[in-house]
Amino acid sequence: MIVLDRVGMTYEASSGPVEALRDISLTVARGELVALVGPSGCGKSTLLRIVAGLRAPTRGRVDVADHPVRGPVAEVGMVFQAPVLLHWRRVLENVLLPAELSGRDPRRYHERATQLLRLVGLEDFAAKRPRELSGGMQQRAALCRALLLDPPLLLMDEPFGALDAMTRDEMNLELLRVWGETAVDSPRKTVLFVTHSIPEAVLLADRVVVMTPRPGRIAATFDVPLPRPRGVETRADPRFGALSVRIYETLTADGRGGPGRG
Amino acid sequence: MFPSNGGRPLRDPVPGTGDPGLRAASVARAALDFSIPWYAHIWITTLEILGGFAVAGAVGVALGIAIAWSPTIARALVPFLVFVNTLPKVAVAPLFLLWLGYGLVPNMLIAALIGFFPVVINTAVGLTQIDDDLLDLGRVFGAPRWKVFLKIRLPNALPYVLSALKITATAAVVGAVVGEFVASQSGLGMVIVNAQTNLNTPVAFAALAWISIVGLALYGAVSLAARWLAPWAES
Ligand SMILES: Nc1ncnc2c1ncn2[C@@H]1O[C@H](COP(=O)(O)OP(=O)(O)OP(=O)(O)O)[C@@H](O)[C@H]1O
Ligand SMILES: [Mg+2]
Repeated sequence: MIVLDRVGMTYEASSGPVEALRDISLTVARGELVALVGPSGCGKSTLLRIVAGLRAPTRGRVDVADHPVRGPVAEVGMVFQAPVLLHWRRVLENVLLPAELSGRDPRRYHERATQLLRLVGLEDFAAKRPRELSGGMQQRAALCRALLLDPPLLLMDEPFGALDAMTRDEMNLELLRVWGETAVDSPRKTVLFVTHSIPEAVLLADRVVVMTPRPGRIAATFDVPLPRPRGVETRADPRFGALSVRIYETLTADGRGGPGRG
Repeated sequence: MFPSNGGRPLRDPVPGTGDPGLRAASVARAALDFSIPWYAHIWITTLEILGGFAVAGAVGVALGIAIAWSPTIARALVPFLVFVNTLPKVAVAPLFLLWLGYGLVPNMLIAALIGFFPVVINTAVGLTQIDDDLLDLGRVFGAPRWKVFLKIRLPNALPYVLSALKITATAAVVGAVVGEFVASQSGLGMVIVNAQTNLNTPVAFAALAWISIVGLALYGAVSLAARWLAPWAES
């Protein structure tokens, strides 16, 4: 679904060039859930933007759904690091925005939008303006917006960063359901998920990609051998702790490179 | 020309003399002395203000959009607009009268000329000062440029435009009165000019009071409209 081939990105800032990404090669298969962890400023958000076709990389090649990326990729659900809600619209109208912007009839998505809001516990806030919501609630609204059109590809930039631990756990399991962990009739979505939480990465992902400090390179990739469907009890699995520790060690090895593919 | 003191003996002809309480009373009496056709003057001046305000708003928004739309247009237009805005309107007013003759229209145009600039600037700023993420959001969902403009940029700019219109509302009052100062057969500005010629200070001050009432009313109306049109904006 996603093929990154030696992708590099150097921003031309007024203070001089900033190399954000260097030599990123990564393949995400259709239906795979890949988590991306790395220190702050290592280029994770930049990488998501490149995959979405919002920024052109300065080096390398990007394919999404077997096509080279030349502009914004169609049928992507994107959750930005900030909620990015239109503060003049009510929450429900924000969730319906993708339908409007892509030229569909928003009325046909009304029911789905309401259902998504219920899923994330915001059903009572549909008629409120974003500024009346907490940061975590805004993030959940943004998640609903990304899911509205049921896109096959989800790019998520720390979608649960502003949530309390319990809500975060709930949202994680909800994401697994939306992704299609237990679905038999429909194909799973492809998900690229940025997080700062190692346990979250391990709980959700098929693979965890660890990046080095800027310029971001891939330090190591770890397969997550834990069985699905996963739940709260997955954390009790001894492999969960062992893998978390190895990822932690790779992260703190500070760009000296990790143990390679786990 | 009507006798602006209504034929009564002059009271307190020289400012700064006499009892302040008496002076206030004489201004109030003049303001409520309807042998002076206040309603007609207020009506004329209000029409000029509203006309000027509407023209300033419409032209200002249109120019602001043009500037935000294309950097080339911005480069060509902004210096010219700055030039127009820095022209002393009192000096330009007689030219308008020469070109357009007496009447409401030249005074409306002077009001518009004084009031349009903040609308241009704020419209352009509101349209361009926008979170990059909001524009990316539009692109992610494949919105064409006009749709991003309509659904994201324009609402984002609305509070900016509305606060500029509040400035324009007060500026248009000044503009209309300046126009009437230069040459006019009616309106509150003309009342002031005549009262000054006749050294009738109470009537001059009464006209000023009416001008500020009209200004306050228009400002209040624009503020209310702003709150209704953009309830999400903190004002
Ligand atoms: N538009 C830009 N112009 C110039 N430099 C940029 C721009 N966007 C990002 N950068 C730089 O690129 C680097 C990577 O930024 P990015 O936002 O991708 O990091 P990140 O991994 O998402 O960080 P965080 O975990 O804090 O969100 C940073 O050093 C940042 O300063
Ligand atoms: Mg980031």
